[in-house]
Amino acid sequence: MKKRWISLYVENYSGVLVKVAGLFSAKAYNLDSLTVGPTEDPTVSRMTIGVISDDATFEQIKKQLNRCVEVIKVIDFTNIPIHRDELLYIKIASADKSDREEVFRIAQAFKAEVIDCDMEQILIRCVQSEQRNDSLIQLVHDNFKNIEVVRGGSVAIESISML
Amino acid sequence: MKQLKGTSLFVKALKEEGVDKVFGYPGGMVTDIFDELYKEDDIEVILPRHEQALVHEADGYARSTGKVGVCLVTSGPGAANMVTGIATAYYDSVPLVCFSGQVPLNLIGGDAFQEVDIIGITRGICKYGVILKDRKDLGRVIKEAFYIARTGKPGPVVIDLPKNIMVEMGDAEYPKEVNIRGYKPSTGVHIGQLKKAMGLLWKAEKPLLLIGGGVNIARAGEALTKFVEETQIPVVTTIMGKGAIDTTHPYYIGNVGMHGEYAANMAVSECDVLYSIGTRFSDRVTSKISEFAKKAKIVHIDIDSAAISKNIKVDIPIVADAGEALNAMIKYAKCCDTKEWMEILRKWKEEFPLVMRPSKGVCPEAVIEYINRNFERAIVVTDVGQHQMWTTQFLELTKKKQLLTSGGMGTMGYGLPAAIGARIGNPDCPVICITGDGGMQMNIQEMATAVAQELPVIICIMNNSYLGMVRQIQELFYARHYSSVCTRKRKGCDARCGGPSSKCPPYTPDFVKLAEAYDAFGIRVEKEEEIAPAFEAALRNTKAPTILEFLIDQKEMVLPMVQGGKPLTDMIMDY
Repeated sequence: MKKRWISLYVENYSGVLVKVAGLFSAKAYNLDSLTVGPTEDPTVSRMTIGVISDDATFEQIKKQLNRCVEVIKVIDFTNIPIHRDELLYIKIASADKSDREEVFRIAQAFKAEVIDCDMEQILIRCVQSEQRNDSLIQLVHDNFKNIEVVRGGSVAIESISML
Repeated sequence: MKQLKGTSLFVKALKEEGVDKVFGYPGGMVTDIFDELYKEDDIEVILPRHEQALVHEADGYARSTGKVGVCLVTSGPGAANMVTGIATAYYDSVPLVCFSGQVPLNLIGGDAFQEVDIIGITRGICKYGVILKDRKDLGRVIKEAFYIARTGKPGPVVIDLPKNIMVEMGDAEYPKEVNIRGYKPSTGVHIGQLKKAMGLLWKAEKPLLLIGGGVNIARAGEALTKFVEETQIPVVTTIMGKGAIDTTHPYYIGNVGMHGEYAANMAVSECDVLYSIGTRFSDRVTSKISEFAKKAKIVHIDIDSAAISKNIKVDIPIVADAGEALNAMIKYAKCCDTKEWMEILRKWKEEFPLVMRPSKGVCPEAVIEYINRNFERAIVVTDVGQHQMWTTQFLELTKKKQLLTSGGMGTMGYGLPAAIGARIGNPDCPVICITGDGGMQMNIQEMATAVAQELPVIICIMNNSYLGMVRQIQELFYARHYSSVCTRKRKGCDARCGGPSSKCPPYTPDFVKLAEAYDAFGIRVEKEEEIAPAFEAALRNTKAPTILEFLIDQKEMVLPMVQGGKPLTDMIMDY
């Protein structure tokens, strides 16, 4: 079992998201993350899907997705260099002055941004891989009380420079 | 630009698709379409008595003719009633286009009267489904629906038609071309891969062809027979593949699977190359996966790439239409030395032939034997249960005979409506429905449709007053706890009744009276010698259906049987 990434080009009309998501639940595939948004062509949407599966199931997932009329193209990211990021917000409530200073230091270390605050709360935004976001959440969770986490799921695109 | 009302374009579209029969049940949200069909001479609307049966009728029509079956129902309950029919067609790859009415777009989401999200409900059980949201898309959506339903691996398509769009004026053109960027059914065969697969056959000592429903859907029986005759490789079939080659053919061994023939199940387990075409290796075929064809290299040809390596790991996968693959295979066919292997298979067949033990009442095998001997041409349609398995075991199929059965979903209630659909599609061919007292009552109302359509379908009810297949499981594996399987049981009966006795109430219902109530014919058959006269009487009724009710022994079982999860070689042969 390991985590894998797929990108899908799909028709941009209602019902397509639930068709893809429904396939995962109907076949008991382990859907970890799914994001969707329109592309440069407004009639086409692109999905980035993270799944946890064994090799055989992963092959099935790709075939089953390919078989959907609404799915235009399936790209397996397993052996393709990609850029992949996830948007994460963490809000920390009841943060005193020293807490807030600590949050600034953590944000800097993680290349996250502090985007909003008042005298009691502070909000950071981080756009990183989901593993790095996991670490940030863990760190904040262990050091502060009253935190609120919102994350967006990963989006990915093929790299240009093959890095 | 010429303008047409939505309903007019709808009817024009059906005609351009060559549709001359629509299975339709009216209701509030499709009255405009029915009004348009009322004015139409070239399309006959058949009125079933329930929307589930309606879809089965279109299904029987489609399977038996190869054409797309067309369903038209209203919104809400009409659409929801289609669900079992759609799922049945989906799991047996039957091309259907199912139109449902829908409340006007501005009412959707408001829990309007008879509003259901049928596209949402059927998403997992159809090949494609879409709700029409704009009058300008009407022609294209219908064109695509027919194309998707009949191409590639066929299947049902659901189109939801909001009432307001159907009365709107718009483009009068029905498109000629289809271009769906996400749907390009594969054509052609990878010859290199095919040669590699056939190379395995030439080297094999015990080669075996496993033929599934895909070969029947592709109507590739003749190509298969030719290939078998040239190569002398023996053939086993799944239930859906039965009839692809004459069952009397010397190289035909039998059905495999849970109720397969001993020799066929042994053949799969002992062969060294299993060359399979058009089967998805369902659990009823493979039984315990890890023991399935353990000694064999496996070739799998299927039109659906997702069917390959889904259930079993294969050595050579080939994505192709069964017909195209077989036609290509014939070109490279050469004779294999299968004499020794055939000898082994013949011995197995002799050792454990398919026979029913003599029983009280009418033996189901005798009924099927009568059909074998007396119908040169026929479409035989089954329901689901013991009678279905007996039919798949004992029915002889030749080129002029066809078997329709709900293999994937195993839908009780399929038999009678599918037989009606088959007869509507083949008005000159005898149609025999073999059903049970359970399945018959799941769509009994279709007797009215058969009478209204003046269809001389012969309906053979194998009545043992039990839901026999479940009773058999209880008999074998649940210490004879006959839980909820007796169809005669009354309030006053012993709650844990151990089987029939002289105190049992009579059969429920009285099928002979029931037939008469529908203005059809009914004959009860209690002795073997009454079988022939009953069929002869049924054949004299050329304008109405006849129910032949065969009272069979409750103890009759379907054997051999492989218990779920056991290897195919682990067959219960006698009880």
